[in-house]
Amino acid sequence: MIIQTIAFYVFAAFVVGSAFMVISARNPVHSVLFLILAFFNSAGLFVLLGAEFLAMILVIVYVGAVAVLFLFVVMMLDINFVRLREGFLQYLPIGASVGLLLLVEMILVVGVLATSPDTVAVAAAPTPDITVVSNTEALGALLYTKYVYLFQSAGLILLVAMIGAIVLAHRVRPGVRKQSISAQVSRTRAEGVELKKVKTGDGI
Amino acid sequence: MEIALGHYLTVAAILFTLGIFGIFLNRKNVIIILMSVELMLLAVNINLVAFSAYLGDLVGQVFAMFVLTVAAAEAAIGLAILVTYFRNRGTVAVEEINRMKG
Repeated sequence: MIIQTIAFYVFAAFVVGSAFMVISARNPVHSVLFLILAFFNSAGLFVLLGAEFLAMILVIVYVGAVAVLFLFVVMMLDINFVRLREGFLQYLPIGASVGLLLLVEMILVVGVLATSPDTVAVAAAPTPDITVVSNTEALGALLYTKYVYLFQSAGLILLVAMIGAIVLAHRVRPGVRKQSISAQVSRTRAEGVELKKVKTGDGI
Repeated sequence: MEIALGHYLTVAAILFTLGIFGIFLNRKNVIIILMSVELMLLAVNINLVAFSAYLGDLVGQVFAMFVLTVAAAEAAIGLAILVTYFRNRGTVAVEEINRMKG
């Protein structure tokens, strides 16, 4: 129990600390790296909560795809980040006050939060015993039966996002010589070869 | 000391607040704003998973997965728009993105 408590506080401290560094780092590359650290530590929090599958998905999807995409864009685009940081302190007071207000409100809500014991009884899909069915298996059994349509629409969303991203980012450059296989294959002898009668000693 | 639901909710609340704070703080840099949105979605996911674990209901984790999917799609589309915009205008400063204002 004590190890769990220590692990929770370590993970939570790292999540909050690296999230703060994400928004305050001077260099956007550092921001992305701190974002990766935040994702890793929240994956640790998920493991503590018993959601191992989601923790691994978080590492694969967020660290492996989203954060690397961010890193790629930050490094590929030649952006003047110094100019973008102008007026950083100008927005600090209003941002801090809005953030503080929100935080106080949310902590007040958390403080008085109480769950009715009936909530557990009316659970839509009660978690099976972890010693019998693992988290991944239970999640899969639920996802592929009760939520199969939502699962399919999630796939559809990803497909649309993929097509959209390709359409947006793809660029057709003019003046690039490309191999046209159909033109090569449909070429006939008549248009490819021309016979000339050359007189002896005259040249063409 | 037992770690209760409130602990996780507090962490998520702080994370969400940091996300909002980041949007205000980096008002000119779209990339950091997108990262702040990711932080906020992560806070939502922590909330969903915490409630799922403490109430013994697996549906929370299913929905956390859907939130994850939408977040990944959103990041891909957002960054693609950003790359296209930068290619056309040579800047990603937020206050210069006003072409459609007329």
